[in-house]
Amino acid sequence: MTANRLRRLYSADEAEIVVVDQDDRHLYQPGLLFMPFGLTHVEDIVRPRGRQLHDGISYRQSAVDSVDIIDDQVLLADGTSLEYDVLVVATGAVLVPEETEGLTGPGWMEKVFTFYTPEGAAALEAALAAFDAGRVVINIIDMPIKCPIAPLEFAFLADWYFTERKMRDRVQLTFVTPLDGAFTKPVASQQLAGMLAEKHIELVTEFNTGEVDGVEGKLVSYDGREVPFDLAVVIPAHGGAEYVGRSEGLGDELNFVPTDMRTLQSKARPNIFVIGDATDVPTSKAGSVTHFEGDVLVENIVHFLVGDELEAVFDGHANCFIETGFHKALLIDFNYETEPLTGHFPTKVGLPLLKESRLNHLGKLMFQWFYWHSLLPGRDIPGIGAAMPTAGKTPASVD
Amino acid sequence: MATTTTTLITPAGATDVELTDDGFFVDPSVWTEDMVPELASREGIGAVTDSHWQVVRFMRSEYQQKGTGPSVRALGKTSGVSVKDLYALFPKGPAKIAARIAGIPKPKGCI
Repeated sequence: MTANRLRRLYSADEAEIVVVDQDDRHLYQPGLLFMPFGLTHVEDIVRPRGRQLHDGISYRQSAVDSVDIIDDQVLLADGTSLEYDVLVVATGAVLVPEETEGLTGPGWMEKVFTFYTPEGAAALEAALAAFDAGRVVINIIDMPIKCPIAPLEFAFLADWYFTERKMRDRVQLTFVTPLDGAFTKPVASQQLAGMLAEKHIELVTEFNTGEVDGVEGKLVSYDGREVPFDLAVVIPAHGGAEYVGRSEGLGDELNFVPTDMRTLQSKARPNIFVIGDATDVPTSKAGSVTHFEGDVLVENIVHFLVGDELEAVFDGHANCFIETGFHKALLIDFNYETEPLTGHFPTKVGLPLLKESRLNHLGKLMFQWFYWHSLLPGRDIPGIGAAMPTAGKTPASVD
Repeated sequence: MATTTTTLITPAGATDVELTDDGFFVDPSVWTEDMVPELASREGIGAVTDSHWQVVRFMRSEYQQKGTGPSVRALGKTSGVSVKDLYALFPKGPAKIAARIAGIPKPKGCI
């Protein structure tokens, strides 16, 4: 997306743009949520990477060994190197399930799954189809994770799925989170906790999973609490891309890249910028955030290249559909300062916020089309700018 | 956000500090190390050991450098104390409890 936008701004004589990635499979990650319920298949959500790039952008398929931030070079796994004037780190986040004792031990991919990979989502589809009765537990190991709302969506969809199969009364659903509520922001947390209760999904909070026992079927917290399961759907701990840990001065202890939350310039070097899940900025790791960051990022690269001051304008805007099952969805819209509020988006006439509707569900489904055809090519969705809109919103009541 | 004023007894005497309704210092700059034993005992920690001090001082320095205290995972990786030991020192939530004892705001959990 960044490469495509920059390619439109600069001619081939003005700027050489190279994209490096380690494989040729661009995955539409929001699609993973639907795979375990048989609502989509992996072929429908993967497209070749090279084809998402405009002409005039070089694509190098290779893993990255490390970045030398002093000499402005990216060292590739094949031993070659690429020099840069400006580097954009867009390498996202990775799962680190091995950091949790027992998670990838006995029971992994048999009784314990994650839907955060295509392989896991496919295996989980088979396991859910064969599930007859018992306890299904959904657990977030720790924050941050990509798409913090997806585990809740999974719980809502599981309630719908088992209801459709006329076996909901034989399944106990439990949502286990390290947070102190269903969600961290007050207005949304109350709404979502209420929905969990309505759907008879048990909520266990402040649970920091220290161990997953895939044989006996239980999660064990660091403070000795246990949650038994017959099938566990786990969202493992996340970190930044591995090469960041090998690049001295670039990343933090979790391999995310410290980034100025307003300009998106890295704190490591002025000529390194960061976008998406790879940053450490205090908002959700979400596709919508990345899209809104893109606007600010590209403007600031332009400023940087001519020696102008950067614009400190990114507001942490996130806009997320929450599938709630039964062909309905919620929409939440928020930023660094403003929690998800009720009302409508983007104006008083628009999609309802923090309220279930079929329109929102359609919005979520259509979003995949926009992703491939508008967002990745670097175009905007009409009427939706980068900054979070306030028109159409109802302020939270002050206590 | 609602706050309460609490009196802390330290060797230096009694000091009134303002805490948020979930027990965090409203103004981190009024915290002193003298307050640690009293704050720890309010969290159910009887004896403050060297390991407790290591973590509390680390939390304080992270806050001063980065504007927020670290998460449990980050604490486990960089404080010199493993996550298991952190839970032994501060049962029921090391990042939150150590933040309260270190007089810094609630660590910014992601949304």
